[in-house]
Amino acid sequence: MIEVKDLHKAFGTVKAVDGVSFTARDGEITGLLGPNGAGKTTSLRMLYTLMKPDRGQVLVDGIDAAEDALAVRRRLGVLPDARGLYKRLTARENIDYFARLQGLPEDVLATRREALVQALEMEDIGDRRTEGFSQGQRVKTAIARALIHDPRNVILDEPTNGLDVMATRALRQFMQRLKAEGRCVLFSSHIMQEVAMLCDRIVVIANGRVVADESPAALREQTGEANLEDAFVKIIGSEEGLAA
Amino acid sequence: MNMDTRLTLGRTRAFLTVFLKEVKENLRDRRTIISAFLTGPLLGPLILVMLLNINLNRELDKAEKPLPVPVIGAEYAPNLIGALKAEGIVPQSPVANPEVAVRKQDADVVLRISPDYPNAWHKGESVQVELIYDSSQRDANTAVMRVSQLVETYARQQGAMRLVARGLSPGTAWPVVAARRDQATAQARAALMFSILPYFFVLSVFMGGMYLAIDLTAGERERQSLEPLFANPVPRWKILAGKLAAICVFSAASLLISLMAFAVVGRFIPTEKLGMELELGFSFGSRVLLLMLPLIVLLAALQSMVAAFAKSYREAQTYVSLLMFVPVIPSILLSTMPIKSQMWMYAVPLLGQHLGIMQLLRGDGIEPQQLGLCLLGSLVAAALGVLVTARLYQSERLAISG
Repeated sequence: MIEVKDLHKAFGTVKAVDGVSFTARDGEITGLLGPNGAGKTTSLRMLYTLMKPDRGQVLVDGIDAAEDALAVRRRLGVLPDARGLYKRLTARENIDYFARLQGLPEDVLATRREALVQALEMEDIGDRRTEGFSQGQRVKTAIARALIHDPRNVILDEPTNGLDVMATRALRQFMQRLKAEGRCVLFSSHIMQEVAMLCDRIVVIANGRVVADESPAALREQTGEANLEDAFVKIIGSEEGLAA
Repeated sequence: MNMDTRLTLGRTRAFLTVFLKEVKENLRDRRTIISAFLTGPLLGPLILVMLLNINLNRELDKAEKPLPVPVIGAEYAPNLIGALKAEGIVPQSPVANPEVAVRKQDADVVLRISPDYPNAWHKGESVQVELIYDSSQRDANTAVMRVSQLVETYARQQGAMRLVARGLSPGTAWPVVAARRDQATAQARAALMFSILPYFFVLSVFMGGMYLAIDLTAGERERQSLEPLFANPVPRWKILAGKLAAICVFSAASLLISLMAFAVVGRFIPTEKLGMELELGFSFGSRVLLLMLPLIVLLAALQSMVAAFAKSYREAQTYVSLLMFVPVIPSILLSTMPIKSQMWMYAVPLLGQHLGIMQLLRGDGIEPQQLGLCLLGSLVAAALGVLVTARLYQSERLAISG
């Protein structure tokens, strides 16, 4: 479970995140929806302790990120906005590197890695160096290395960005699987339909603030719009950045 | 296995994990390999061999090699020509225009004997012989020198004989004679020529770690792998330590290759011919390695620090290349300005190493006190460098790509 309470972060005079609070529960997929530049990535970066919030609190499974950042990172599997791989290492070696940094013993490492390689259907690319990988292959490898330590909480920043239709479909199924395994899945997106299709709960962010935090059904009800996209436009008050 | 023991395990292994991964990854990079194990360490020995070749040729020029010299009016001074011939000068047929000939480099030097020569000689008067040459042709200088010295020697001998013939001691004409007593040992003479050597060692350390250092910050940032890396439950300083260790290992390997190459080259240099002595063997190599150890860490930290300021790989490469010129400063300063080495200088990083290596080259050995100062000074600087780099590595800005 991930709890975020009143997060603030400013870069100079720009308030990137200005009071964001929400909760992502276990066994649910929570979507962070908002136009580009709304503060999604900055919020997530504070969540996985890459940045320190100016104010506010992050709790992961009840552990305060400000007090024990390392313990929080152990409980998170993160696919950041930046998905750089080591191009001179193979996909498997990339995964193994992160597994060892997580402290996995070698036998556990091998079992987990092969399970992920199978689940993500990347047997054919496993022993290839990642230089020249397609966007889809890169995301698969990045997800595998993010989940190698079997984290209870999974954070995915715009996971379907740059993927083709087939890869996107596969990724959505994979996220459903993570949910079925009882994990807490938090992902950000600026794509309406995606969020509507996957999420149990939608947190809408605009201008660094949470403007709605509801189930899809409740969101429709609240705005009186049958169509979720219309509901969304009504909530954030503009059509800016809503490219699907 | 419970969470806590796994965490502890991870913590103890993180440094090694980062280190091994960096080594493996960089061993697969051709550019790094070439720079660290080929160009960096072998550039120095190569330049040394070239320097020696030039010097050997110059020395051989001075030796009694037959030197062809066009002579105008040889028939007026058969005795002088005879004396020159005895010393290896080969008189050539006269040229029509000696001034043009030397300017066109058809001849290094032309000797002109005036038709007055026999007359003046018999009267016991002084007479001129002309050496026509072009001093802007550096290659000709040794030839000019040689002919001019031979003519003067002949003149002195003849002068002495004239004095003796008149019942005077030859010493009357030369009341003061300067006698040169060169105190330079054969090794010291070599050292003068090889004062560039310490820089080659620094250069080799530098080139060995350069690409790794750039990759450490700017490279990771450019390929956007720093953010996922920092999402792992490992303190940043441990990641940095692993990476610095990898840089140091590559730098040290580069230095080792360089030292071995110098040792091999040193065996084949005919230093006796140069009147020099050069000891580049095992004991020299091991002492240089000891002197350079703290410098390896210092340079690793400095390179990473400089690269951390850059936004892109290319920019970092520019900065680090500029940094490469810093170690050359003490070498240039000391070879252009004859500074007497003071004790405190040994504590200055780079300068201390330069002085120490020069001393080893001269065969003077290095005193424990100097060695201690040199190691201590560089170690302190290295520790500072690592601390500053670690601070930079903690910054939030560093991890964010783009």
